[in-house]
Order: sequence, then structure tokens, then C-alpha cells
Amino acid sequence: MPEPLLIELSEPGRTGYGLPELDVPARSLDEMVPPGRQRRELNLPEISQIDLVRHFTRLSQQNFSVDTTFYPLGSCTMKYNPKVNEEAASQPGFRAIHPYQPAETAQGALRLMYELQGYLAEISGLSAVTLQPAAGAHGELTGMLMVRAYHKHRGSQRRVVLVPDSAHGTNPATAAMCGYQVSTLRSNGRGGVDVAELRQLMTEDVAALMLTIPNTLGLFDEHILEVGDIVHARGGLLYCDGANMNALLGQVKFADLGCDVLHFNLHKTFSTPHGGGGPGAGPVGVSKLLVPFLPVPTVGRRADAAEGDGYYLDYDRPLSIGRVRSFYGNFGVMVRAYAYIRTLGAEGLREVSENAVINANYLLARLSSFYEVPYQRRCMHEAVFSAKRQRAHGVRALDVAKRLIDYGYHPPTIYFPLIVDEALMIEPTETESLQTLDAFSQAMIEIAEETKKEPEVVQSAPHHTPVGRLDEVLAARKPNLRWRAPAK
Amino acid sequence: MGYVPNTDADRAAMLAAIGVKSAAELFEDIPAQLRRPPLSLPKPLSEPEVLRHMCQLAQRNVNVESFPSFLGAGAYYHFVPSVVGHVTSRSEFYTSYTPYQPEVSQGTLQTIYEYQSMVCELTGMDVANASMYDGASALAEAIIMACNITRRDRVVMAPGVHPEYQQVVSTYTPGLDIEIVGGGRLTEPGRPFAGTFDPKEARRLLNDNVACLVVQEPSFFGCLEPVDELSQLAHECGALLVLCCTEPISLGLLRPPGDYGADIVVGEGQSLGNPLSFGGPYLGLFACRERFVRQMPGRIVGAAVDHEGRRGYVLTLQAREQHIRREKASSNICTNEALNALAASVYLASLGKAGLRRVAEQCAQKAHYAAERIAGLPGFHLAFEAPFFDEFAVDCPVDPSIINERLLERGIIGGYPLKNHYASLSNAMLFCVTEANRREDVDALVSALEEIGRGRSV
Repeated sequence: MPEPLLIELSEPGRTGYGLPELDVPARSLDEMVPPGRQRRELNLPEISQIDLVRHFTRLSQQNFSVDTTFYPLGSCTMKYNPKVNEEAASQPGFRAIHPYQPAETAQGALRLMYELQGYLAEISGLSAVTLQPAAGAHGELTGMLMVRAYHKHRGSQRRVVLVPDSAHGTNPATAAMCGYQVSTLRSNGRGGVDVAELRQLMTEDVAALMLTIPNTLGLFDEHILEVGDIVHARGGLLYCDGANMNALLGQVKFADLGCDVLHFNLHKTFSTPHGGGGPGAGPVGVSKLLVPFLPVPTVGRRADAAEGDGYYLDYDRPLSIGRVRSFYGNFGVMVRAYAYIRTLGAEGLREVSENAVINANYLLARLSSFYEVPYQRRCMHEAVFSAKRQRAHGVRALDVAKRLIDYGYHPPTIYFPLIVDEALMIEPTETESLQTLDAFSQAMIEIAEETKKEPEVVQSAPHHTPVGRLDEVLAARKPNLRWRAPAK
Repeated sequence: MGYVPNTDADRAAMLAAIGVKSAAELFEDIPAQLRRPPLSLPKPLSEPEVLRHMCQLAQRNVNVESFPSFLGAGAYYHFVPSVVGHVTSRSEFYTSYTPYQPEVSQGTLQTIYEYQSMVCELTGMDVANASMYDGASALAEAIIMACNITRRDRVVMAPGVHPEYQQVVSTYTPGLDIEIVGGGRLTEPGRPFAGTFDPKEARRLLNDNVACLVVQEPSFFGCLEPVDELSQLAHECGALLVLCCTEPISLGLLRPPGDYGADIVVGEGQSLGNPLSFGGPYLGLFACRERFVRQMPGRIVGAAVDHEGRRGYVLTLQAREQHIRREKASSNICTNEALNALAASVYLASLGKAGLRRVAEQCAQKAHYAAERIAGLPGFHLAFEAPFFDEFAVDCPVDPSIINERLLERGIIGGYPLKNHYASLSNAMLFCVTEANRREDVDALVSALEEIGRGRSV
């Protein structure tokens, strides 16, 4: 039975909340707010606390999540979110502090931010980091605005940004938001940048190349240093999308690969929960060239300060691009990422990437005789397959994904990257055990068998969910985006 | 302690299955000289050690649950009912991701649909999205949207728009040839400024190339703006009205933006059930008229039916979005702040229509009580005459930074010194009083201000 909407549970006069009595002398509303400015009607639901709790608890049970099932959603790094980080973030000294309270009353928070900036700089080898962006795409915007400011400061009006055809859609969208024309760069037969085409397209009108490392095929570009050299030789910058950094923690520093700007995804690589779609955080690291353009404020520390003291918000950055968000970013997310890095240390981070890559290659090895592999190479943190072979039986990547739900797994990312037909992009992460990977592989293999023997079972999946496949075309053609409160 | 379950024996078996001798072979595409660089990070901590360290850092911060605080200015301390945290800490919600697969994400999808519905009710608008990063970035996106809709490129900004929002707008727009006029410049020293956007000033700045007029209500200075007049002026020259609200609790008491003819409404949703958390994570409210829905940025959830006619919810109108449109998308945003939006939903549903009204009334009552008492102190007076909701600016006889230092010595976090952003308001302090401030805290603030004010004249 579908869960009713809040408004359908509403009964006049109910409430789930109590306030203390007003403890100041009451005055008439009209005295405070002119009658013409007062609200006459407010149609919010009226619900008792128990009905409210049951409603949301039942809804929660309609979700698949990392805590309930293996969630191999490619390029999203759905790793385990450690509980101790949640406990750390819920301390009143983090949760209940105001962004404008004086710096001397927030030294713990500022120190955490200062040190996190430093850890991320060390991990990437870059010169400085801003924590302000609220998400990966927001980090991209911040990074590309710095690229723009850098060129402008040098008196150069470059108009083009190069984006590989394997890139996430946010890359071209971000470049466009910064006023750039986007030029698409083809991938070569090995899934990497087509170096010859790059040489051709990389003119003095190109501001930057936006590159995901490892790329969205889960591959590390074999010509990465050459790619960086070509871009730099024509005065361009190398923007790196760090969405897939889980493959590289402690294995290589992005700065050593020629990277000028990099965004991190704290909600992927650094284990902070994805929250059903946010909040995340997308800090950006930059090479020395771009440090002057970082958003304000960054967190600084006075050189003469005593241990644990002297942290301040640094607004004195005359070439800064400005702000990309109010206040200082998603602080609560930073707390969790900081706790994660402190728990793992350098060796622990290396262990993360090593195991993430082993796990992905293990799945690649287990499944490569059942699903087509578009590039015959070892992968990094994720394995991309194609359901082409299944399509011959009328089963598409979408059907395989839906059938996995019947086996109790969250589907992988599908139809991305766009350059792979019927793509199935599987990212197991390091926090999954051999047993989980074996059980998942077994399910994938059984689905491949079903595809041959009884494709209709796969095509009509999922079979046991609260709703079946929904009519998305109709939903977009006749949008119903809200309830209309019934007259009660 | 790490979070990797596999043992050495597991790894050996896996490497054998892969067909390599060591994990190092899997990283051979990385240039050899760059592999496994030294990494200088603090040594790892066990769970009790990390927790102790985190608690020590937290304790170095003064928190508003222990110290009475009168700071608002875009981030507000309200009481959050326990049910909110209990719902948002269900890990089926917080460890899931963007609901790409609706069959296994109905929990997240339905809560977003409910959130969108309640944002529409609250703002009096037709449609809302699943939320943006925060109020400031929501405003920047609204301005870009207004320019795209009207194909105009001039934006008139009210002086009372949060200064950090104005800064974010300036950061977002330079590549897009959008000209911003008005704003903080209208408060420069030497210009008469009464805390609100003078319609005469607005008329001077508006012309037929203006895409939108942006007004914050209540303003950053706490004042209610002449929105009816501003709305009319904007629409007369074909511009859209973008209303921004940083304190949505006010909508429990004040006329909703839709009533004023707003075309796009943005705001900061933090007040609705989200903790202060040193400035984030928060959520950007975003709503608009139905006819603009296909230009709206961000995720949107819609109702749908399955083949058996069962009701369900899906991400919809995705043809606007970056994963389909790439460089032609309405924005590069690809997520929302779902967990914060969930907190806002639980909060609003928990209070209900009567509860939100009561919270709003208590905010107004307590703020007016505090304003009257502070304005009655020698040397202190209200900076502006306009009606206000739960924030008000006070001209002080002592430098507001010094007042705040003295208040802190007495265990009180004071207000926001407006000189941080406005040279012409060097003696003004913005105070915020909500339902979470008790009368005894307000009385303590008033006595402390009296002492501090008197100290100066001695």
C-alpha cells in the first residue's frame, strides 16, 4: 500500500510540537506588523507526533541505502559512512555554533578547517585549498571561475574549454556557466585522451582542459603527463575532476600529474554520508599560480600563536574571485571528513585506494566472461561493462539494473559514460568484503543466464518493490510537483 | 582502525583471480617515478582517541546552547524538536544517494515531493525544486534564470539583500555579462538611508533592460520592505520580482511572497529545523511561477504511476539538466541538500500550521520586547523606523565590537556589528531575538548593555 502524503494524514487541530508560554508581555500583532503585511492563511499539515514518526520511518524503509544493501553506484563512491564521524559532528560545540560568533569563540572549528585545508593540500600535493564549495559541481564552478580570473588577470581573453566526451555532464555545464564555449575532445581506442586531437584543439584560445582522473571509464590515462604538457605549452590550465580520487589516495599526488585545479568530493572519497543527494562538500585545491584567486575567506593562522590558537578568517585576498557560498561552506561535512582522515592517517588512506582498486578489478575478472568489457585493460576503482550482449536477447542495461533490485542490490550507474553503449558502471569501494562481491557477482551471472532463458523476467523487474517502473514520460509531460491542500 | 573488511588472505585470493602478483601491478599506469609519494599526515587514531580529539576541538567553541546569543544575520537559532534529528539520523535516509532508481528510493522521493509542496504553501508559489546549496547560491541561480527568461541583462538589487548573497551573485555572474546595480552602494556614507529600499530609488534604477528586481524580506537590516510598491514598479517595466527570504520562520506571520506577485522566490531554509553548524550545511529554498518551471535549476520530483496504477515519485523534467543537456543545461547543479530538506519537512510537519504561527509570533513578541528595552537605554536607539520581524538594528553609544567583547566577558554572544559591511552604519548592531531566547537572557543582555553604555560616559 502506498504511504499516504503528509497532507492526507492531516487532521484539524493536531500538532506534534509544544512551545513554552510566552514569557514577555504580549502586545497586539497589529502593533508589531501592519495588518496589511500579516499572513491570512497557511496550509501546513496538522499531525500528531506518533503519526509523523511512523510516516517518516515507513518512508525510510522504502529506500535502499549503504547501511542496508551493497550500493555499487559507479562514480558515486558509496562507501561505508563511519558512525563515529556522525557522533563527532553532533557535538554541541560543532552543531550549535553561529558562523558570525567572534573567532576567539570558535578556535576549535577554525583549527579543524585550517588543518583539513592542510591535509587536502598534502594529499593532492597542491599549494592551497578552499573548503567553501558545497558540492562537487559547486567545486567545479569555483575552480573554473579561478581559471577565468587567472587568465583575465594576465590580460588574456581565452574563450574555449576542452572537455572529453567521457566527462560527467557537470563539466561542460560548469564551463558554460563561466561563460566559456565548450569543445568536446574524443577519447582514443584505449579509453584515454586522443593526444593527436588534443594537439589540434589546444590553441591559445583554450583556457583549460577539464579532465577526470581516473576517467569515468575507470581508467588511468596512460599519457597523462604528455596531456598536461600539451595544455601547459599553450598557456592553458589543467582542471582535474577529483570525483574518482578514491582510486588514487596516497598512490599519486595530483600536483605531480600537472594538475592546476582540483575539486575533492568529501562525500565520496572521504566517507561523509551522501544524505539522499546532499549535503556533500566540494573543496578545491590549486597550484601556486592560482592561490591569489581563492574564494574569501580562507582560514589562516598567526605565526606567533600558541598551540591550538591563532586561527582566523582571512578576507585579505585582493585578487580573490569572491564568495561562492554564504559563510564558510558545509562545515558539518568537513567535521566528518576530518575525523575520517585522522582515523586513517597516511597508511590508512593508501589502504583505501589499494582495496578499492582490488575490489573493482576482482569484479571485472569475475564478470568479464558474462558481460562485455569495452576496453580490455585493468581498471582502477570502478569497472565499466556493456550490456550489448544482453541486448541481443532484448534485455537492456536498464533491465539488468532493475533485476539486481530483486536480488537485493542497488543498481550500478547505467548509460554513463555516454561513449559506452548500454553502460553498466560498477564501483564496489574498499569497504565491501570478498563475500559481498562474490554474492553480487553471482547475482550478475544469474541475470546473464536469465537473459538467455527467460528475458521477460529481467525485462519486467523489479518484482517486489513498493512500486514498479514508473511512467517517467507522462510525469514529465504532465508535471505534478506538489500536493494541493484539500479543503477540509 | 580502517574500514576495510578484507584480510590479507582475502586479498591474496582476489589478486590471484585477477591474475596479478601484487596490488602494485594494478597501479602500473601511473608514471613509475610518481607512485606512492610520501604523505605527511598525523598518525592514525583509534575510535576512542579520535572521539576524544574531536570533543576537545568542539569544546574550544562557545556554543549557543550554553551561551545566550543574539546573532542572526542569515543564520538563526531556533529550537529544533527531537523528532527532526531522529528522522534525519535514520541511515536509510542519510546513507542513500540521489534517487536515480525510483523503485528503491521512494522514501527520499516522497519526502522531497512533500518538501516541495510545503515550500510552495509557505511561499505562496506554484512550484518549488528539491533545494539548492544555500540561500546565497539560490539567489545567484535565480538571477541567472531571470536573465534567461527575460533575455535582459541588468539586475536591480535592493540595499537590504544579505551582503554575502550580493557577493556570491557578483562571483557567479562575471562570465555571463550580467550587470548588477543598486545593492550595498545605496547605503554609502552621505546618502540618506532609512533601512529599506526607497521606491523612488528603485524607479530610478529600473528600465526596460532590467531582468529582475531583487528584494529581501525581511531585509538584512530586519526591516519589512515596501514590497507591494516595488513589485508594481518591477512589473511595470517587464522585470521579474525575485524575493529572497533568509528567515523563513517569518512566513508563519508575514504575507507570503506569492501574495506580492513574486515570480521567483529564494531563501535560506536553515531556520526550518536545521542546526547552525557554523554556517552549513544549509539548504537553498527555490520556488517560482508555474510558467517558469522549465527554466528552473535543480532537481525536481514529480508524482507518477506505475503499470499497475500505483502512485509513486520520480525525478522529473530532467531535460533541463546537465547530464542530458550538458553545456546547454539550466545550471551545473546535479544534487540538492536532501537531508537538510528532509529536516525542513519534518520540522514544518511537526509544527503544523498552528505551530509555525506560534513560533513566528513568539519571535516577533520577544524581539519587540528586546527592542523596546534596548531603545530605552541611554545612548541606544533603533537605527530604523520600519516594522521588523525578529531582527532590528540599534545605534549604540560604544563601538559595537567593543560591546561584543564586553558582552562575551559576561557570557553573552552579542549581535552583528553592521560596520563589517556598511561604512555608514559604524555604530549599528543588528540584534536577533527568537523563540529560543528566554526573557531572562534578554533581560541580562539589556542590563549588560546598560552597564557598558554607562561605562563609556564615566
